[in-house]
Amino acid sequence: MATTTDSATETTVAIAGRSWWIWIGLAGLALLPLVGGKTGLISNFAFLQLSLMIVYAIAVLGLNLLTGFNGQISLGHGAFFAVGAYTAAILIDQADWPFWATLPMAALACFIAGYLFGLPALRLEGHYLALATFALAVAVPQILKYRHLEPFTKGVQGINIFKADPPFGLQLSGDQWMFLVVLAVAILMFWAARNLLDSRIGRALRAIRDQPLAADAMGINSSHYKAVTFGISALFTGVAGALHAIIFEFVSPDSFRFELSIAILVGAVVGGIASLPGAVIGGVFVQAIEKYADALTKKISATVYLPLELQPWTIYGIALIILIYTMPTGIAGGISSLRRRLKRF
Amino acid sequence: MMQTSRRLLLASTIGLALCVASPATAQKTYDEGASDAEIKIGNTNPYSGNASAYGQIGRTIEAYFKMVNDNGGINGRKITFITYDDGYTPPKAVEMVRKLVEDDKVLLVFQTLGTPSNSAIHKYMNQKKVPQLFVATGASKWGNPKEFPWTMGWQPDYATEGGIYAKHILASLPDAKIGVLMQNDDYGKDYFNGFKAGLGKDADKIVQVATYEVADPTVDSQMIQLKNSGANVFFNITTPKFAAQAIKKAAEIGWKPTHYLNNVSISVGSVMKPAGLEASQGVITAQYLKDATDTQWKTSPDMVEWNKFMDKYMPQGDKSSSFHVYGYAAGATMAQVLKQCGDNLTRENIMKQAASLKGFENPMLLPGIKINTSATDFYPIQAVQLSRFEGESWKIFGNVLSNEGASQ
Amino acid sequence: MEQLIQQIASGLANGAIYASLALALVMIFVSTDHINFAQGEMAMFSAYVCWQMMQWGLNFWVALPLVALCSFCAGVVIQRIILQPLHNAPVLSVVVVFIGLLTIFHSLAGGIWSFTIKEFPSPFPKVSFAGSGYLGSHQVGMILVTLVLLVGLYAFFRFTPLGLAMRAAAQNPASARLVGVRVDWMLAQGWGLAAAVGAVAGAMVAPVVYLEPNMMASILLYGFASALVGGISSPGGAVAGGFIVGVLENLIAYFGNLLEKASGLYLIGNGEKLTVALVIVVIVLTLKPEGLFGQVSIRRV
Repeated sequence: MATTTDSATETTVAIAGRSWWIWIGLAGLALLPLVGGKTGLISNFAFLQLSLMIVYAIAVLGLNLLTGFNGQISLGHGAFFAVGAYTAAILIDQADWPFWATLPMAALACFIAGYLFGLPALRLEGHYLALATFALAVAVPQILKYRHLEPFTKGVQGINIFKADPPFGLQLSGDQWMFLVVLAVAILMFWAARNLLDSRIGRALRAIRDQPLAADAMGINSSHYKAVTFGISALFTGVAGALHAIIFEFVSPDSFRFELSIAILVGAVVGGIASLPGAVIGGVFVQAIEKYADALTKKISATVYLPLELQPWTIYGIALIILIYTMPTGIAGGISSLRRRLKRF
Repeated sequence: MMQTSRRLLLASTIGLALCVASPATAQKTYDEGASDAEIKIGNTNPYSGNASAYGQIGRTIEAYFKMVNDNGGINGRKITFITYDDGYTPPKAVEMVRKLVEDDKVLLVFQTLGTPSNSAIHKYMNQKKVPQLFVATGASKWGNPKEFPWTMGWQPDYATEGGIYAKHILASLPDAKIGVLMQNDDYGKDYFNGFKAGLGKDADKIVQVATYEVADPTVDSQMIQLKNSGANVFFNITTPKFAAQAIKKAAEIGWKPTHYLNNVSISVGSVMKPAGLEASQGVITAQYLKDATDTQWKTSPDMVEWNKFMDKYMPQGDKSSSFHVYGYAAGATMAQVLKQCGDNLTRENIMKQAASLKGFENPMLLPGIKINTSATDFYPIQAVQLSRFEGESWKIFGNVLSNEGASQ
Repeated sequence: MEQLIQQIASGLANGAIYASLALALVMIFVSTDHINFAQGEMAMFSAYVCWQMMQWGLNFWVALPLVALCSFCAGVVIQRIILQPLHNAPVLSVVVVFIGLLTIFHSLAGGIWSFTIKEFPSPFPKVSFAGSGYLGSHQVGMILVTLVLLVGLYAFFRFTPLGLAMRAAAQNPASARLVGVRVDWMLAQGWGLAAAVGAVAGAMVAPVVYLEPNMMASILLYGFASALVGGISSPGGAVAGGFIVGVLENLIAYFGNLLEKASGLYLIGNGEKLTVALVIVVIVLTLKPEGLFGQVSIRRV
């Protein structure tokens, strides 16, 4: 277990050490709307895709904090994604809040939700926690449809909200503007996560993950930290959910089924669970994999004769297994072990 | 010098005259997605996830357009039908529809399935002014040309159907005590509200309402609840799997109410047979499409054509599944609209032609039911006929019940 | 009162469904210490294979053992080829592999047999007997089969050398190796056994909920809840848990309905069944993580 986490942390440190090229990369991204948009090289639809990749990266980051750095498994992060989304939607719909103001509220609501769920989950580990969070994920659509919540959630119909136009008369399309917003939020969140992990709290989290009994013996209040971590993790994923709601201008119980929690988990593991770059890779994976699976399926069906109707999800499942097989610690872990091997030359 | 320029003048004058003098030659106007050779039509269907059974409709439409292409296309153009999986998830639907419109550049979007998905793309389609045509859901909100001029429904809406059952109960069963089983979502609520509205002041005849979730394994406990409420009339608002369970359970617990089943679940192959033919005797529903297992239509020309279509283009398809009839009929309506457009394939004209279907006898519709649309009537099919399950198929009775003219 | 009895009976019938899946889940957990999230889909796939064999003319009672055998072999193969190489990987990676298996089985079933629902004939003859107004013959048959399976598995683990070896391999692989147990092979057989149990569960469930790829998806949560309530390390507990969960969810809906009728107040009802399952899971896990009949696991420092 130690080797796993070390290699992933290595990647983080290695990349973070060369922080100048991160800034250049980010600046490049920020300029994309101007460059790509004006020249028409990057379509609005492409900006939508990019925005979604970043949104999922934030969601995966939330899960990473909990699972990779604190060792608590969650199969139910879709629930916090939904809470964030609905918080934003309800505030915009019923109280006319501007969308950017809903983000801190969504963060707060999710922190509370995460903390509250983390409390009874304190005594659970490994499989049991996985099952409890799995139950949460499956029950989310039902909870959202609960009769007494309907005045707020509008029940099955969902809530339609309206996104504001780009401000200050900026010559940007809605999609380009959202891309910049999402990018800015992501930079903020990743920066916050980095600082959190480097701080005393971060060390406590990792201690609880690696040597829980020793941590307890050393005076770290595990229960408190674990519940707080749950809250923070939910906060991150919730902000992603809020952004998601704002981008699509629509929320409904059907948008947050169990598959979402699974997608976030898969993204986290495939990306690399104890790694910030891993979260980014995970986010890209979540958004991109279905398209690739779809395209690959169509290609295979067209070239090879099969006695069945090949489904994209079959390709997806096979891809997952192959990925884990070849890179059990995620793509970030795979990259860092590649670096190590190359260093030997 | 002079001669050349005079010749030039003459040539250009003649050229100009020719240009002006041929207005009769077809004015080919195209919007994105249409050309001399093809018409691109986009669609999303749930091919995966818990609504994946409905994906059959998308496959049937695909096959139908293949057949149209094999027969020469429409006005010489082939239909390129692009369909994506939305997993019955609204955000996915939005993404896929945006891909269709912005990446694949389709001319229009046709038969997108499911109320949640269509709700999610509703605003976008109207903003972008792309036709969201003949949506595959019976929610009553799709016929609103004033606010959403680019969206049009197709099938008789759920609320109207519910109202028709209510009226029938009031007319034929004065001592009715009604129990309702409904799916706890938009579609279930739509039916239920229409039903209640149809009962009017007699809405208190409803003695028990039981809901279920798509995630429930069985509806057994709900059926027990309903039986014990003393209801003698049963309005069954369920999707195929649960409809079959409900019918079977009612027979098992010895409950024999007058049973009204929503049109969504009348497939003989997917519902009545698995439920048990004996248990299904006497169930009432409202139909607008011909039932492929009903022998009385065996020789009618559209049924003969349909059977040929199934044999050639969907040999693996289950002929007793109503999805194949539905998809075929919807495809035929689309083909008619495109035909009417001629060479003017702009999105505006598509909507105009879609709103100008007068008494169109769509294949596979019951005799007496025609498609009618107008600038204020965005509900193509508004008539149904009650039918009762007898023997091994549905037998229609009574007159065609029409809600024609009601534009809300 | 009549309705109460009917609801309890129906709850027992549903409970048998949950119990049989819970049994398969416990099997894998006991033999490999993993929770197999793909269990439901594997069971569903086996049910389809059984259906296909019946379409080809085989009698149910011939097809079922055949399918159980094939599922056993498939389980062994999956464990050896896909899971064994990952035995040192982090838990989460294994969970993702399970998810991969889940999607593969689910979509393969849909790809091969389409997504429309199919009828799965019940193998039990429709006989009327006292009390058949409460429980159909299939439900009774299902409960009996589940109990027979349970007894058989219990006997297998308790009294046979192979069963003992498997338990040893799961609980203490290092020591087991020292006494000559081929641990890897035991794990594979544990998987095979669980797959076979799942196949039986699938075949029992399909006549009730109808055969379709989504058949097991919702039952999975109830199966987990049942396994947890009863004790994830105890097959008997899992079965008991199944019946408890089945009856409990019906009772809660029943009383919620009574409350609504009496006072017009809607607190809880049919729309909250999954939430109830969730709450059961959380409460049990909080108060008694080892379940009602499970063994407390003690961690040594």
